[in-house]
Amino acid sequence: MPKRIYITGIGIISSIGNNANEVLSSLKAGKSGIGEITLFPTIHKGALPVAEVKLSYAELLSLAGQTYGDKFTRTTLLGLIAAREALESAGIEDVNDRPTGFISATTVGGMDRSEVFYGEFLENTGKGRLRDVINHDCGESTEHIASELGIRKFVATISTACSSSANAMMFAADLIRSGKLDRVVVGGTDSITRFTLNGFNTLMILDKTGCHPFDEHRAGLTLGEGAAYLVLESEEHVMPEGITPLAELRGYGNANDAYHQTASSPDGTGAYLAMNQALKMSRMEPADIDYINAHGTGTENNDLSEGRALERIFDPMPLFSSTKAYTGHTLGAAGGLEAVISVLSIRNGLVFPNLRWSTPMKELKIKPVTTLMTGQPIRNVLSNSFGFGGNNSTVIISEPTKPL
Amino acid sequence: MSAYIDGIGLISPQQTTDPARFLPEVMEYTADFLQVINPNYKEYINPIASRRMSKLIKMGITSARIAMADAGCQMPEAIITGTGLGSVEDTERILNGMNAGEQLMNPTPFIQSTYNTISSQIAISLQCHHYNSTYVHRSFSFESALQDALLQFEEAAATTALVGGIDEMTSNHLGIVRRTGHWKMEPVNNLRLLSYRTPGALAGEGAAYFILRGAPSTSHYGILKDVKTFYHPKELQETSLEITAFLASNNLTANQLDAVILGYNGDIHSDSVYDQLGSGLFNENQQLWYKHLCGEYFTSTGFALWLAANILRHQYIPSVVKFNNQPADSFRHILIYNQFRNINHSLILVSL
Repeated sequence: MPKRIYITGIGIISSIGNNANEVLSSLKAGKSGIGEITLFPTIHKGALPVAEVKLSYAELLSLAGQTYGDKFTRTTLLGLIAAREALESAGIEDVNDRPTGFISATTVGGMDRSEVFYGEFLENTGKGRLRDVINHDCGESTEHIASELGIRKFVATISTACSSSANAMMFAADLIRSGKLDRVVVGGTDSITRFTLNGFNTLMILDKTGCHPFDEHRAGLTLGEGAAYLVLESEEHVMPEGITPLAELRGYGNANDAYHQTASSPDGTGAYLAMNQALKMSRMEPADIDYINAHGTGTENNDLSEGRALERIFDPMPLFSSTKAYTGHTLGAAGGLEAVISVLSIRNGLVFPNLRWSTPMKELKIKPVTTLMTGQPIRNVLSNSFGFGGNNSTVIISEPTKPL
Repeated sequence: MSAYIDGIGLISPQQTTDPARFLPEVMEYTADFLQVINPNYKEYINPIASRRMSKLIKMGITSARIAMADAGCQMPEAIITGTGLGSVEDTERILNGMNAGEQLMNPTPFIQSTYNTISSQIAISLQCHHYNSTYVHRSFSFESALQDALLQFEEAAATTALVGGIDEMTSNHLGIVRRTGHWKMEPVNNLRLLSYRTPGALAGEGAAYFILRGAPSTSHYGILKDVKTFYHPKELQETSLEITAFLASNNLTANQLDAVILGYNGDIHSDSVYDQLGSGLFNENQQLWYKHLCGEYFTSTGFALWLAANILRHQYIPSVVKFNNQPADSFRHILIYNQFRNINHSLILVSL
């Protein structure tokens, strides 16, 4: 029997709340975070909505417990806020009392600063503030956050596009299973940047009205920003130390669609393989899944491909929804946000609605949940995170089981 | 859990693309940074597919294919890449487009700028549906990829893995990062890199892919025994203890190492760490260096692992990589120790 991996802490910041309680309130109230761009000047303002964390740099700094300077990128501050909450929620005071790692996922790293630098640099190669570009790479946010948390034992950063956080969770769990670490703070962080907005816009997959996943008239995704971390701990000390876990990471799967760099295969091969692997590892049948937090970006391609893969595996279809209509697509952080939302679903017996859904997709029989469902016995949640490059990952999060 | 190194594909500023030859000739440059010797990519990639590919992606697919051919592997059961910066060239193209008014931008650079493009382009070209991941943590990137591969073997999730480290440098990017003082400000001669004794490293680039197997094969170069990263040691004493503990966990002491490959990069500040360990912990060891051949980049330890594997296979050390001269007649255990600005430290142990 493989070692159990418990989730003992969660932390989250997103357009629908600055911590887990605020996010839960918004999810229950059906309150979406999608609105107009305010973070940076762009010709897309007013035309392409986004889901921003409505906090200025100074406000983020103060929420992150920092009082000085501007050495952090927005990506770092979002991550630091969520990671601190995760540690607090797990009741960890000394991160070094056991071998602890910090594994973070991101797709843009410090791009929020380097894109500003580069504009100035192009006008004059002697211009641009260096502190705006030295934090460009993906490792920067991970290292700043790890240092602030006091974690030195192990750090790593993953970037597999929109499945990054899910893959970070797998790496973390494997490290714990192998005995290399007892505990890992794991998740992801991404800020909205002009770079990603323009990048996705060149692919013409941004919805001008805000995303409506799994709807026949869906017209693309909506970019969001945020960060979410979970504390994963080995069963070997969770129960003996009297820690009450929030949930358990029961299984995961990673497969590649190997079809196209930015499009999913029509039959959802990668998605199908990833979900099946996760079920197999969890020793579960499809019928054991009570709720699916779908990847559901709202693009024509993803929702059809994912929907077909879901229909191939699940019959009958369990309750499912995409919560991206609330949070926007937070890219590298999405798997972390949705893992935290899955924990909230289990802990509170809730299934959150797929906002802005009205018309079934003509190719599919399945329909998402569209109103908040309360008092649900949610034992097992399957959460999908699929990315460009066919990087498809699935995690299964469950009510904690007791060691034998 | 260890792994067997069964095939290697290396594109570097040296003549390294033919796995049958071990540094046949040393390339000498006087340059701002070292660039790879581009192989004829058309021999490895369908010309229609390669037309839109940026250099980094071509380097990745080609070195992966060389490694697979070297190992006689048709389909790896995991593809894991480490890259510190991803496609710098594509990222710059998007930034240029944004600066030109955010209109009529081409989607290709954005598609290729995502860090996981290399792993996924390899998967697409092989139709490989197996485990696929990408690590992007500065000079831990390649090491994390190796660690993940070892875990895949341990969990019995894979029996073969294609694992690589890849990064590129552009003159534009060097122009920006040079201002930090961490890179050489003037062109230097790569073979005389340590004679300058100035701050700043000589930048470089490269792509190294390896076929690793969980079980022994008839033709492996050597065994990848263990990999460790450690972050921000407070002082040299702590670094020394981390290395000793790593060796001890593999039932070795520094004296039993037949060679130690050190990450000297020409930056007097950074190199002082190696100098101190070289006259301390590694005082008795045959010390080697390699960054004068490939330059400094986040995944340069891919080059070092190629070097270690070839020393084990050929039982011979090219004189150009010798930092000192210790008598030795056989090589069984080689340690690669690299650090980036005394923050990111990594250890890779390879044995026969």
